[in-house]
Amino acid sequence: MSTDALFIGLAGVLFSASPLIFAVIGETITERAGVINLSMNGTILLAAMGGFGAAASTGSLLAGFAAGMLIGAVVALVVAFASITLKQSQVAVGFVLALLCRDLAYFLGNPYVGQAGPRLSFVPVPILSSLPALGPLLFNHDVMTYLSFVLVIVAWTYLYKTRPGLMLQGIGERPAAAFVRGANVKALRYFYTLLGGALIGLAGPMYSLSVKAGWKGTISGLDGLGWIALAITIFGGWNPLRAAFGVYLFALLQWLGIVLQPVLPGIPSQVLQVAPFPLMIMALLLVNIGNAEWVTRTLARLPERTRHAIARILRAMRASPPASLGVPFDSE
Amino acid sequence: MRSAAVTNVLWKLGAVGLALVLTTGVLVAAGAPPLAAYRNILNGAFGDWGNFSDVLIAWVPLMLATSGLLITFVAGLWNIGIEGQITLGAIGTTWALRLLQDSSLPPGLIILLAVLTGMVGGAVWASLAGALKTFGGVNEIFGGLGLNFVAVALTVYLIFGPWKRPGVASMSGTVPFDPALWLPTLEGSRLSPWAVALAVASIVFVYILFRGTYYGLRLKAVGKNPHAAYLLGVPTWQYMMSAFVLCGLFAGAAGAVQVTAVYHRLIPSISSGYGYLGLMVAMLVNYQAIWAAPVALFFAALNIGSIQLPIVLKLDSTLAGVIQGTLVLSVLLVEGVRQKWTQR
Repeated sequence: MSTDALFIGLAGVLFSASPLIFAVIGETITERAGVINLSMNGTILLAAMGGFGAAASTGSLLAGFAAGMLIGAVVALVVAFASITLKQSQVAVGFVLALLCRDLAYFLGNPYVGQAGPRLSFVPVPILSSLPALGPLLFNHDVMTYLSFVLVIVAWTYLYKTRPGLMLQGIGERPAAAFVRGANVKALRYFYTLLGGALIGLAGPMYSLSVKAGWKGTISGLDGLGWIALAITIFGGWNPLRAAFGVYLFALLQWLGIVLQPVLPGIPSQVLQVAPFPLMIMALLLVNIGNAEWVTRTLARLPERTRHAIARILRAMRASPPASLGVPFDSE
Repeated sequence: MRSAAVTNVLWKLGAVGLALVLTTGVLVAAGAPPLAAYRNILNGAFGDWGNFSDVLIAWVPLMLATSGLLITFVAGLWNIGIEGQITLGAIGTTWALRLLQDSSLPPGLIILLAVLTGMVGGAVWASLAGALKTFGGVNEIFGGLGLNFVAVALTVYLIFGPWKRPGVASMSGTVPFDPALWLPTLEGSRLSPWAVALAVASIVFVYILFRGTYYGLRLKAVGKNPHAAYLLGVPTWQYMMSAFVLCGLFAGAAGAVQVTAVYHRLIPSISSGYGYLGLMVAMLVNYQAIWAAPVALFFAALNIGSIQLPIVLKLDSTLAGVIQGTLVLSVLLVEGVRQKWTQR
């Protein structure tokens, strides 16, 4: 493979990963605030359908993306209301919404199946796009892909380098302490759940108006992506940079599956397409195993040098969820 | 006491009413005649014996999955990996049937062995999710989701790889088995009384387990408060693990029924979403075994009843899922409002 083709291929990886970046960052922000939005798989589908419908009937791409954000925020509002105000199980409500929104998307999207709609165009950045290697890789994309790069950096900076970002960490880790410091925990949780939901919702039209343009009902190929985004959020350890790394790794593996097809004729293409999933679960195990009690106990019995080496590796891989994830907060 | 029961029923009716209003709203928004749509679903499910036997065919795997899920729910576990467990049940059954189909064993015995292998397959997959939780610190929701994907990957690999049809492999699945290896059906129908008996047995088993056994009582204690149960001498992780294994056995049976009584081969989407639907049924009955059977039957009726919607009314058959989802969501929300109301 020539280097040019390689860079164009890798640019394709960045492009096809961009909706998942939005979804995973949205979920990371939501979970950082202490709320699990399990509805992602349905939200993305419903937002993809709604965004496509809005763009196709108005002819405006902007209307499509706005519709996607709105749908994501409304679904998140239901999750927030049920979990923060009514104190019902977030997992139960999110799971029901994941199925309900998926079926709603297929049911209401029936008239749009196979319809022609607008599509986001590529906007090469002047000058920068003619750079060797970096040009085709980073500077020849559509607007949303550029925004996906920006989003990762902004989310990371906000979370770790600003005061409100520290407060966001606080309401997910120790809401009582944040409350004593004067934070309105419930209002902030509502805000971040809705913000996260809007970002998740954007992933929908990014598929239906760009990456996988069009709405094809049950064969749109979008079912399951939300569950993957959820797994990557955990893999990312609730850190935007690490989450983005997880998304790109996943997209890269899928691309390799396609590229390696002619090299490995013995393996059917359908198998290479799903190869990232077993790898994903291995990664989940590695990320979590450091948290298990028996690992600590076993490590204590090993000779010192081995113990230090293993402990260092585990610590590098490990990620712990926000301490109050899924726990309702009561100020009384 | 009586007035409490009446209030309870009134709240439940309120939830059903809310669901009805919401789904009717969706139908109106889609420009469809709501009454005609509802009538069509009822007709498609209960119109004649043929339709109703289809409902029962769909009820069997849903009931088996729900029975298993009631056990994990009581143990405080969200076994979202049930889809993968059904799939592994189907794979195990297919493997055993392929292995034994040319042997001289009587067909009845082959089917029995195949169903048992499927149950073991489901239990193995469930214990993987259990082991990931107990020894790996991986939450069962995320471990289970990952394992669901792996199960689908494995199915696709088998259909396109080692078990592919002679000639060209396709998404339509493996070669169908000889009719002698199908679960015997009623005369002139696709419904197998054996499958129905298995489903009935599963819910009776769960009911007795919760009502009349020491094991069931301790499992409830683990689900309510694992730490307290541990301090009182209940071996917590062993109980959680056993709940996973029991659920896996039922899920595996559901997969086995899909292979031996419905599709007669392995197909890529062999679980047909019955695992996720079972989670909805379990949530809707608030994890009480006694209501699980009728509610599962109602959900199966919605699925079957909506099959003809695209032909008759040009509506998508996912309307069934919309109704089911709206119903569960309404019940959850109304329950939340009620708790908030009575707290005051």
